[in-house]
Amino acid sequence: MRYSPLHGIHEQLGAAFTDFAGWMMPVRYSSDLAEHHAVRTAAGIFDISHMAEIHVRGADAGAYLDFALAGKLSAMALAQAKYSLILNETGGIIDDLVAYRLADDHFLVVANAGNRFAAATALSERAKGFDVTVTDESDDYALIAVQGPVSRAILEATAGLGDFATPLDELKYYRETAATFIGHDLIIARTGYTGEDGFELYIQVDAAADLWAALTVAGEPLGLVPAGLACRDTLRLEAGMPLYGHELGLTTFPVQAGLGRVVALSKEGDFVGRAAIEAGPDAGARVLVGLAAEGRRAGRADYAIYHGDTEVGVITSGALSPTLGHPIAMAYVDADVSDVGTELHLDVRGSRIAASVISLPFYKREA
Amino acid sequence: MAEKSELQYTAEHEWVLVEGNIATIGITDYAAEKLGDIVFVELPRVGDTVTAGKLVGEIESTKSVGELFAPVAGTVVEANDAVAGSPELVNSDPFGEGWLVKIEFSDLPSMLSLDEYTTLTGE
Repeated sequence: MRYSPLHGIHEQLGAAFTDFAGWMMPVRYSSDLAEHHAVRTAAGIFDISHMAEIHVRGADAGAYLDFALAGKLSAMALAQAKYSLILNETGGIIDDLVAYRLADDHFLVVANAGNRFAAATALSERAKGFDVTVTDESDDYALIAVQGPVSRAILEATAGLGDFATPLDELKYYRETAATFIGHDLIIARTGYTGEDGFELYIQVDAAADLWAALTVAGEPLGLVPAGLACRDTLRLEAGMPLYGHELGLTTFPVQAGLGRVVALSKEGDFVGRAAIEAGPDAGARVLVGLAAEGRRAGRADYAIYHGDTEVGVITSGALSPTLGHPIAMAYVDADVSDVGTELHLDVRGSRIAASVISLPFYKREA
Repeated sequence: MAEKSELQYTAEHEWVLVEGNIATIGITDYAAEKLGDIVFVELPRVGDTVTAGKLVGEIESTKSVGELFAPVAGTVVEANDAVAGSPELVNSDPFGEGWLVKIEFSDLPSMLSLDEYTTLTGE
């Protein structure tokens, strides 16, 4: 079992813990719902130090990533972030990730904790023939996310945080900036996994506890609360964001998950998975949809979906939406019942619950 | 409400208060904490006949589904309507306002003491 550099803080805060990809991580501090609502209305602070940080450096970094990943990473501007995928030869998804262009010849790839080694291995293998070095530096970083409508105000009020290469009020969504915290370099990205405005702060391990404390002192008067993995899951579900192992996996084609646009088929040259993606999934392959139901009883992952008496799909993530107040789910269903408005039924432990296909995301913050 | 030490417990994280031939049943604070925020409770109906060890209800949190088993065989004589409307009572007061059902029984199976239950949960 691995422990976050912030574990002592979580224990002091009375967190309940869960094993997540071999890490003992906080699942909640007080209440899933209270933490969820705090992120939607004010802000939450998350420890996501279990995420994997893989650096790609070298003259060929952009061209290499164009080959190794599904997107056209070489087209990224400096300080831009981009959501992308590591595909396998058969078009399936080894991991979904966010890549940051830190310099012309330097990218940071942030992968899921559970896929750290699969991602690092695939990226290393694909480096042959390119002038790049790929290094898994996950153990050097703690990662703190501050998410919610007041998150910028919190960062601006945090003592010791400064030297922003780009001022936070000019930092656009899916961009990053260098900064410092009492002498420690950090990367601050305007990214996140909650559907809210927010920031992710990459900092060296030995300064992480002090940064968490400083953010908390600045944030508490603005409504900041510590937030755990339980609310992170309901937040990302409302935002229609896929979770590896639920919506994405080794046998999922991106197009099935609604991620066809993430694959840059128009880019020049080959990339891993290209031939399979061009051939496409089998005819009749299921596609990811959003489902909304009434009442309070939610469909959960792995529950079957019916159209009449025919089983047509399976739920990958489901919950009673804390923000919307009704059950929501993401599910893979047969293509012929995937149109918005189609009426389906969820098999909730033997009871049939009516649900309709709706477009994702379930929740979108006001701009 | 009875003291925790006066209650009996099951390995399925239920507590049982025995008064005459009526067993009042709820889930423990340990179970409520593990489930997280409870958002939906499904209970048996008054008059239902229940079998010891069989599923009689469900307790859903934002994250997961907890199952309610009948610790005793008998007839449901009361279900707590308050938790149907306010499931969060199971979190806030699991041994009091958050009780779930009362079952009239004829035989009382052997259950766990508080000490035995706390040993089980390691709390």
